[in-house]
Amino acid sequence: MKPEAVKRRFFTPGIIVLIIVALNGLVFLAVRFFSGLGAVTNLDNNTPWGLWIGVDVAAGVALAAGGFTSAALVYIFHREDFHDIARPALLTALLGYTFVAFAVFVDIGRFYYIWHPLVMWNGNSALFEVGICVMIYMTVLYIEFIPVITERFIGRVKLRGIFAAINKPLDSVLRFLDKGLSKVMFVFIISGVVLSTLHQSSLGTLMVIAGGKMHPLWQTPILPLLFLLSAIAVGLPMIIFESLLASRSFRIKPEMKILSNLGSMAAPAIGIYLAFKIGDMFVRETFKYISISDTASRFFIAELILMIIPLIMFLRKKTLSSSSSLFAASTFVIAAVLLNRINCFIEAYTPFYDPTVYNPSFGEISVTIGCMALLVVIYKAIVIIFPVISQGRTQQENLP
Amino acid sequence: MRNLNRRNFLKTAAIGISAGALGTSSIKASDKSLSEDRIGILVDTDVCVGCRHCEWACRTAHEFPACDLEEYSDISVFEKYRRPDNTSLTVINQFENEKNPLLPIYVKVQCMHCEKPACVSACIVGALTKLEDGSVVWDDSKCIGCRYCMVACQFQIPTYDYDKAIDPHIWKCDLCRDRRIRDKLPACVEICPNEALVFGKRSEVLSIARKRIKRKPDVYVEHIYGENEIGGTSWMYIAGKSFDKLKMPPLGKETAPGISEAIQHGIFSYFVPPVALFALLGTLMWVNKHKRGESDTEIESTDPDKEESEF
Repeated sequence: MKPEAVKRRFFTPGIIVLIIVALNGLVFLAVRFFSGLGAVTNLDNNTPWGLWIGVDVAAGVALAAGGFTSAALVYIFHREDFHDIARPALLTALLGYTFVAFAVFVDIGRFYYIWHPLVMWNGNSALFEVGICVMIYMTVLYIEFIPVITERFIGRVKLRGIFAAINKPLDSVLRFLDKGLSKVMFVFIISGVVLSTLHQSSLGTLMVIAGGKMHPLWQTPILPLLFLLSAIAVGLPMIIFESLLASRSFRIKPEMKILSNLGSMAAPAIGIYLAFKIGDMFVRETFKYISISDTASRFFIAELILMIIPLIMFLRKKTLSSSSSLFAASTFVIAAVLLNRINCFIEAYTPFYDPTVYNPSFGEISVTIGCMALLVVIYKAIVIIFPVISQGRTQQENLP
Repeated sequence: MRNLNRRNFLKTAAIGISAGALGTSSIKASDKSLSEDRIGILVDTDVCVGCRHCEWACRTAHEFPACDLEEYSDISVFEKYRRPDNTSLTVINQFENEKNPLLPIYVKVQCMHCEKPACVSACIVGALTKLEDGSVVWDDSKCIGCRYCMVACQFQIPTYDYDKAIDPHIWKCDLCRDRRIRDKLPACVEICPNEALVFGKRSEVLSIARKRIKRKPDVYVEHIYGENEIGGTSWMYIAGKSFDKLKMPPLGKETAPGISEAIQHGIFSYFVPPVALFALLGTLMWVNKHKRGESDTEIESTDPDKEESEF
């Protein structure tokens, strides 16, 4: 089965709405870059990190975990039968991480110094580790995507006018890249998985240093492990979610065999995460905070319920055979992980001196949603131009 | 296949746990050798009269706009609990004194200059440094404005210029670094008319604090705030009232960066765990490929002629 470029019109009413949403975010972005963070966000000295770090960065990284889980599955465990999901998952991870990097650029006060961590190191800092790993991993993702570009353009480089002269050299560069990369690609694939393991967990280490400023329901020394396990748990459901969304919007028949297999593998991953999360609660005896009925305990319970429902769903044969149930179960997992990251970075952060409760401003929400809308637009453009999505699988081509 | 998958997860979990366990045994805190003579400052809240001259001196020393010194006698500012911000690096707050209602307790707030500062450990680019003399200072040329120091600080001290799009600063007390280079005392210490601030070597200041508590046990509570809090701080307080009633955060003896750094160094102890994981995954990749009897060595072949060989 070969991935092909999707043959559909780019401009649809949906895409136009998304572009408008993105433009709305752009307006607030402009204000942020001209008047400072205070003009757009509700951040203050008590709450230095808000929606952009909690959702755009932390949840963004977690939800891009489909990239490394699928890479591990297809290339390291050599499950060729899942080959069709590798490219779409790679593309979403790549776009996801680009979005994360952009969010960091927007959120840090001195955006023009974003390169500083490359030359100014602090090995004690969890944030430094996250930053460096994300930067390297993003490079790895782009390298992993090069074969898609070479496949599209080898023998098809046809620039016009004065650029026509470089058609040939460009073609040989692509051929050289293709040949050379296929020999060393395994290094990048393994590196990608290692880097993901590292920064997914270090993202959890970030909040450990906040100590007593973080609500005890979430503040635990095993935060890095919980972050890693939840990233692994959300990886496959994220692929199912995207795959079903793509097939619906591009009117391609969903590859149910692959998706239900993925679904059956999601259950153990979710189970392990839940075991550690609930186990940690009993080891640290934090269950007493659940009995206090406040916002924190409600958010914590919501997070658990959102994770337990899909666990039960994925364990049932009926769910695995129906695309809508698969979609629903995956959505629950995604919601659970999203809520977990919001909880860890925003809800759980209750500093000692804090007269006001932080709620994201309209501007912050606009930028976040605008970026997401833009991602979808770019995703569609890329799958129309490049061979990413495998389509039109017929019965005979099914692997045993 | 299910087994294979589960094994993967168990292995990853095992790696995570062992990394964590490894870390706790090898705590490497960020202490470059601190001087024996490092600075300590005692705030004797029993002596302070709340004249706020230190606020004025601090602003003037740091070139913040400050009104006339006379206007600082305005006591209406005490109605609200105040925090340091990007316009004043130290503030005085007033608290009720049950023992003597006519003499309220005044508590000065500023950066505590921790012995093991969380901000220094957290800073992504090392823009915050704990100097040999005990002060914690911020480097304008490095800071990227990520505000992780603010997340890390247990005293919520670093503040940020939210109104600036270009060149926002992190603001906090720097123990008047510029003045001390010229052999002057920190501005607040120098101006204090009642000598409520005792500046000296940390060890000596501590013994002065102990003596004062011993001499007047009916006045002071038996607690030097900052002696042991999160591993000790340069600024220390003695008071006639329990410190949690003076809005000082209740903190344990463990240093704030302790656990975080232990995890960090556990995951990265000489790059052994990442390299080991790389080797493990490489082996798995090789084994799985050969188990499935595939001789094909290309992983992602995109050459049109080879396309079919993938299956």
